[in-house]
Amino acid sequence: MASTQSGNAAAHFAERVGRAWLAGLAGLGYCGSLVVESLYWLFLGPRVKQTVRVGAVFAQMMEIGIGAIPIVALLGAAIGAMLAIQGIYSLSIFGAESRVVFGIALSMTREFAPLITGILVAGRSGSALAARLGIMTINQEIDALTVMGINPVRYLVVPAFIALVVMVPALTFLSNVVGLWAGGLYVGIELDMSMAAYVDQTIETLSVDDLMHGIWKSLIFAVLITVIGVANGASVTGGAEGVGRVTTRAVVQSIMAIVVTDMIFAFVATR
Amino acid sequence: MDTSPEPAESVKVLEVENLVAQYGERIILDGVSLDVHEGEIMIIMGGSGSGKSTLLRHLMGLERRASGTIRMLGQDTAALTGQEKLELHKRIGVAFQGGALFSSMTVGENIMLPLQEHTDLDLRTMEIMARMKLEVVDLAGFEDLMPSELSGGMIKRAAFARAIVMDPKILFCDEPSAGLDPVVASALDDLILRMRDALGMSIVVVTHELDSAFKIADRMTVLDAGRILFIGTPDELRAEQSERIQNLLHRRTEEETGDPEEYLRRLLGERLDKEGHP
Repeated sequence: MASTQSGNAAAHFAERVGRAWLAGLAGLGYCGSLVVESLYWLFLGPRVKQTVRVGAVFAQMMEIGIGAIPIVALLGAAIGAMLAIQGIYSLSIFGAESRVVFGIALSMTREFAPLITGILVAGRSGSALAARLGIMTINQEIDALTVMGINPVRYLVVPAFIALVVMVPALTFLSNVVGLWAGGLYVGIELDMSMAAYVDQTIETLSVDDLMHGIWKSLIFAVLITVIGVANGASVTGGAEGVGRVTTRAVVQSIMAIVVTDMIFAFVATR
Repeated sequence: MDTSPEPAESVKVLEVENLVAQYGERIILDGVSLDVHEGEIMIIMGGSGSGKSTLLRHLMGLERRASGTIRMLGQDTAALTGQEKLELHKRIGVAFQGGALFSSMTVGENIMLPLQEHTDLDLRTMEIMARMKLEVVDLAGFEDLMPSELSGGMIKRAAFARAIVMDPKILFCDEPSAGLDPVVASALDDLILRMRDALGMSIVVVTHELDSAFKIADRMTVLDAGRILFIGTPDELRAEQSERIQNLLHRRTEEETGDPEEYLRRLLGERLDKEGHP
């Protein structure tokens, strides 16, 4: 009896693992098809007189991009200053404090600016996207669009997709500028270096590749935030509680995807 | 309903044959067949769990069927490409149970949305058309309000206005009188009749309200546990002698018939395997 029970438990466990895997695969497939469908409507929609709403794209850009400028600037400055503080501290062990400019320039542009911007936008806009689509799904607004002959992906997803793909790299660039500037301020005070000398050294250190390494990454993050937000919002079940659940899940999954992708990208692009 | 044309001679706008729907292994609709004629109000009735909402979702093209055919306005909906499906959807209207108005838009913008997406009309013309439809549903002057500022009955009427703005051939209504007081519900029934007469469309209404159903129906379909129990006119339904229909009409709950062993097994939470052994 005991052995059948443990056998059952094992079978049950295996079934749950299998189901979770299948659900994950189905989710990945859905995300992939979402990207393809978005691109279809963006580029081929006008041919069938189904254009993406320009007004909605700008509204989303304001919301996702312009609205996030203060917080991105603040975080960028904090990270830049933090890098300067930690850099000077750790380099002082070797008496090489002046080398800190390299550290700030490279880690800000290649790593911290895209990562922090991505995480911030995931929390700010990925969650909003999931919640909005979740509520619309529950209120049958998505069904209403479908039966009106309005494709929900074209109408709702593509504007957010374009806005994110444009705005996340733009915000990353802003974060770079502010972060490097704030790092420079601290270095100037601590090491008695002029801002002009700091800027010169930074420009000398950085190549276009370093800058683009971060910008490309942020572009991938934007795609991840969109598809994860949309996939979660569209899969909502169970009323208001369900909306809360998918919103949380969208943020957690986005951040997870961003950090893991960051690691993979760094590995592939620096070797 | 003496104004309605004789069903047998008129054009069929909707034909459903042997529709089977299932979620996982659970069969929701089991071989449903019905027709809707031009200019006809067809009521689909049934208790909760009878499959009527699922049937409606299939008719609206929101679900994938397991088998069977649905021909809408002469086209087999399963054989349509994405673009053809969009075109077909322009010719049907749907009034959802909760209204499904877009909460970020005003009532007027909600009603104009299909026009904006599907026509090249200028804004002024679209506004006039939206106001005309608002007149039809007695909501004139409410176009600048947000859906959250409307009462339950007004939301349903605004949803009707949006559903008919493209002058559809078929209008689907999901539980139009659910959650409304009897007076407002009765006014909505009158509105449905008026829309049919004024715009000449076929209307499919899913409801469980008997009074409202008898008031507006040309023909009625009664669903029970995923199968069709009855299709016919309201008079034929009243005259129907079968026990299940009589129970439904007189709002009696059916006696639970089952064997005590099965009941015990349910209580104990035991499941049967495919051969029926525990």
